[in-house]
Amino acid sequence: MKNVGNPILKVEGLTVDFLSNDEPVRAVDNVSFHVNRGETLVILGESGSGKSVSTSTVMDLIDCPPGDIVAGSCLFDGTELSRLDADARRNINGRRIAMIFQDPLAYLNPVYTVGRQIEEVYESHGEAGGREARARAMELLQRVGIPEPETRIDYYPHQFSGGQRQRIMIAMAIALKPDILIADEPTTALDVSVQAQILDLLRDLQRETGMALILITHDLEVAASMADRIIVMSAGKVVETGPAREVFSNPKHAYTCRLISASPDGDPAEASNKRATKIGSETLLKVEHLTKEYALSSGAFAPKRRFKAVDDVSFEVRRGETLGIVGESGSGKSSIARMLLRLSDPSSGKALFSGEDVFEMGGKTLMAFRRKVQMVFQDPFGSMNPRMTVRSIISEPWAIHRDILPRHQWKERVAELLELVGLKPDHADRYPHQFSGGQRQRIAIARALASEPELIVCDEAVSALDVSIQAQVIDLLADLRTRLGLSYIFITHDLPIVRQFADRILVMKQGKVVEEGDTATLFRAPRHEYTRGLLQAVPKPKWLMSENEPPAEGADVFWSDRPRSGSFSG
Amino acid sequence: MFSYIGRRASHSILSVIGLLTLVFFLTRLTGDPSALYLPLDATAEARAAFASLNGLDQPVHWQFAEYLKDLLQLDFGQSLRQNRSAMEVALQAFPETLKLALVAITLSTALAILVGSLAAARAGSLFDRIAGVASLAGASAPDFWVAIVGILVFAVGLELLPTSGTGTWAHWIMPIFVLTLRPFGLLVQVVRGAMLSALASPYIKTARAKGVRRTKIIFGHALRNSLLPIVTVAGDLATSLVNGAVVVETIFGWPGIGKLMIDAIIQRDFAVVQSTILVTATAIFILNIAVDLLYAFLDPRIRY
Amino acid sequence: MTILLPDTKSTEEPGTARVLHAYLKRDRLALAAAVFLALFVLAAMLGPWLVGDAASRLGLRQRNLAPFSLEQSWIYFLGADTLGRPILARLIVGAQNTLGIAAAAVFSSMLIGGALGLVAGYSERWYSHLILRLADVIMSFPSLLLALIVLYTLGPSITNLVIVLAITRMPIYLRTARAEVLELRERMFVSAARSMGAKPVRIILRHIAPLVLPTLVTISAIDFATVILSESALSFLGLGIQPPDFTWGAMVANGRGYLSTAWWIAFWPGLAIMLTTLSLNILSNWARTVADPQQRWRLQTLRKAAR
Repeated sequence: MKNVGNPILKVEGLTVDFLSNDEPVRAVDNVSFHVNRGETLVILGESGSGKSVSTSTVMDLIDCPPGDIVAGSCLFDGTELSRLDADARRNINGRRIAMIFQDPLAYLNPVYTVGRQIEEVYESHGEAGGREARARAMELLQRVGIPEPETRIDYYPHQFSGGQRQRIMIAMAIALKPDILIADEPTTALDVSVQAQILDLLRDLQRETGMALILITHDLEVAASMADRIIVMSAGKVVETGPAREVFSNPKHAYTCRLISASPDGDPAEASNKRATKIGSETLLKVEHLTKEYALSSGAFAPKRRFKAVDDVSFEVRRGETLGIVGESGSGKSSIARMLLRLSDPSSGKALFSGEDVFEMGGKTLMAFRRKVQMVFQDPFGSMNPRMTVRSIISEPWAIHRDILPRHQWKERVAELLELVGLKPDHADRYPHQFSGGQRQRIAIARALASEPELIVCDEAVSALDVSIQAQVIDLLADLRTRLGLSYIFITHDLPIVRQFADRILVMKQGKVVEEGDTATLFRAPRHEYTRGLLQAVPKPKWLMSENEPPAEGADVFWSDRPRSGSFSG
Repeated sequence: MFSYIGRRASHSILSVIGLLTLVFFLTRLTGDPSALYLPLDATAEARAAFASLNGLDQPVHWQFAEYLKDLLQLDFGQSLRQNRSAMEVALQAFPETLKLALVAITLSTALAILVGSLAAARAGSLFDRIAGVASLAGASAPDFWVAIVGILVFAVGLELLPTSGTGTWAHWIMPIFVLTLRPFGLLVQVVRGAMLSALASPYIKTARAKGVRRTKIIFGHALRNSLLPIVTVAGDLATSLVNGAVVVETIFGWPGIGKLMIDAIIQRDFAVVQSTILVTATAIFILNIAVDLLYAFLDPRIRY
Repeated sequence: MTILLPDTKSTEEPGTARVLHAYLKRDRLALAAAVFLALFVLAAMLGPWLVGDAASRLGLRQRNLAPFSLEQSWIYFLGADTLGRPILARLIVGAQNTLGIAAAAVFSSMLIGGALGLVAGYSERWYSHLILRLADVIMSFPSLLLALIVLYTLGPSITNLVIVLAITRMPIYLRTARAEVLELRERMFVSAARSMGAKPVRIILRHIAPLVLPTLVTISAIDFATVILSESALSFLGLGIQPPDFTWGAMVANGRGYLSTAWWIAFWPGLAIMLTTLSLNILSNWARTVADPQQRWRLQTLRKAAR
């Protein structure tokens, strides 16, 4: 049911600068696109490609200065937006064009109830007030799938889960049935299963109202599953545009080709090359019945509730092997990493590293263990002290473990390590902020290698990176494993990534291991329902879906998207 | 929440006891009050009688034990100078200070919110710059100097206002102005800073995308979220007003707690010093609790 | 094997001092404040050596000399006090005490408060709680009144004045440092260091302290102004510095009795206090703008693209 009509929005030759010291920085360079009624246009690009700036300009959300709209026109339904006076322009926002954002917790006002924030849309446009506005807000909450809207309407944003907050943002956006909904990375911070529900909701609402949808994303799967047409942006310019299926199956621009080939979902046959070729028979790490319990503080008189972040987990890592631990947020996968590195203590269980229990270690044995096991963290910027040079970051293990390397050899060894991870030796005197995300992760890997470890725990090590960079870092890790005989525990929420890289996979849910198996088997024939769900939640290209297919999981899934009773980093 | 208040109260009582102990021994170090209260040619017998009457002939730790015992019976001792209950003296002076402090903090907060949020909404404008310099000047001016210059101009020069004392509304103008100036200057800075960061927050973008009116964005969304830092600083300033009106009270001859304190110290009127400390400490404790409760009221994410 | 890097977009930081200089030039007020403060510090350091004698020289003919009279030498430009001592010379000599006391108090409270804050933030042992309680006590009680009692009993002297001022200001540094540490110690680079086996001392000194320091220094600029004000208030009340030493605050107190006959005795030192604290406040305001990435553009030379 598509009524693809004339363009409702036509952006032509848009050029936006951000003014800074002396030279203006060009964020968007001569960008033109249009979107038709009822159509979904996806703007695809990596971070810094200018994809958000162009739509923010349409919404008049760029502050000038420091922003500076150099040239271009935005023709909305026959009206040039830049010529409207402030009040007329304001009246278009929310009523005719609406927008939702990536991080709904930050984008919802923390001190007002969600009901009040939805009602505000009606009040601002003189549509309804008081009781009527409240009743309509309640209807909206019901429509977007918030359970018990009668009571939840008076809750504050922090009392909802991430997925629910995004539903509330959507409710706010569709309150006045806009002609265009702009969604800026609406599912990026969400788990795959929640992401699937939100995308379904957007699709349904589009079908109901016939609005045009502009979806901004860096995620190829999301793009493919939603787009009628795609524009690909890189470095502020539109590099490719066309019907979705065409762009994906026959990318023309070099950038798009690279993006699509870098996608971990690409070719499974090629991907398996990155798996280990020789796995030793010797067991390096053996984890037995590992459990981590937290006491939840509830009311003063209620008995203490207990929460098991990690519940009786056992597994093994052999020398030279890569074990992938997969789970959504709150599954306990990061708690395992923190316990294995002795950053937090387990409630019970054992972890035998080369036969010795990690949790019993102390003094010299512990220091020796800390040399042999290293960690690479999710956020390469956060895991390095911003005030230290790359040289002192990489040589820190030697400063802590005095017997690894005499001080006069540090400089030389830092240069070697930098070359090993594909950086230049003269990078050693720079600071972390002078590097890009991918480069920083290379530095983090160099630091991990400095103490000549046997096992490296990667906690979401590539999740914060753009796809093309992800592939490079995975290549590097795979290469190092072959050359140095390392073992990895690779923790991630992203199934396609482990598919390429891990030899064996552990799937976790709510602290428990629900499935374990070698990678090929697990992907071919997942046994556990949860694993199947995860695999299915990865969005499928829109052109492969039949037109009337019901929403993937149905309304009952709303209940799985419950508010969090406490926040636990998974 | 009640358990929170209870916990705070018990902490504070401990702190007050510690404070009173400190003050007790410190004041005993200053010397013998009988030197001040008896004529120079008083006989040794007269001195001994004065000392034993006031318990000053006992060893200091004994005096302290007596003092604690009296405290438990809510007996705060006698003022040597005024010959009546020390607590009565302190409680008589306290409302005078409270009146000044309340008017000053209310006035400065209200004005600062107005000026500060308008300055932030028009950041970089002429108004913003003038408000910036003026508020910084207000925050930088030493109160005793402003008071003196005020007296110089309005009392000595123009003869419009009285130099000191209480009574008519004209007596209020200069003390209030001096007490308002610095809190106003500091608060304008705080309001402006908090508003600027609030206006740059993501939820303001949402409001703009919803088409909310600009005045409502500024006062409804940004200001509402800026109240927390404003309340924090205003609370601190109120604390310093309760205990810091010493200078203003001394200059303008205002019979408040600060002036009482300074006089009592100089005259070694120990019981009054201790009662004054007790009264101000209690007032500050109540103020702190009030600020904490206000936090929870202003930010639904804060629960005790 | 080297791996190709398409993602080489490192941003070179230009010389920091040069950038700061450029930012300072963009804000005329801050520039004026900086120049003014520099002059004052210079005067405080060299002044006593140049005009120290003049400041204590009694002059019968110059008693209560009004300002701006050019008959006498330039040193009497701001007038003279009741004993005929030139006010300008006394301001310069007083600057040394005023700034010196404030600097000593701010520095020691920053050092002690910062160190205690680092400990209280990083460790969860009993002494952390004790430190916090202590800060609470100092924070939540009438500090000026307490200062009065302490100074009266211990006797007013420069050392006691510095100690009292340092103690009353200490909780600010302690709390700020602690709050920063609480946030920093959850940061990943601290976890990374711990996972490498770094000891607490190393983590605090090498990883946390260098990041806390800039915040403390920024606070100290504003605090310097506050301390100057507190010191002058105490000296004004007669419980601060004692003759023959004097600060600006004490000078105002001296002039208070002669308001109707010689207003300048109290006026100039007060103005000097105000200008100093104002300059400090303007500079720290400027520093805040520089440090805030969202506001920094206000101090930059913005050049628009040609169209």
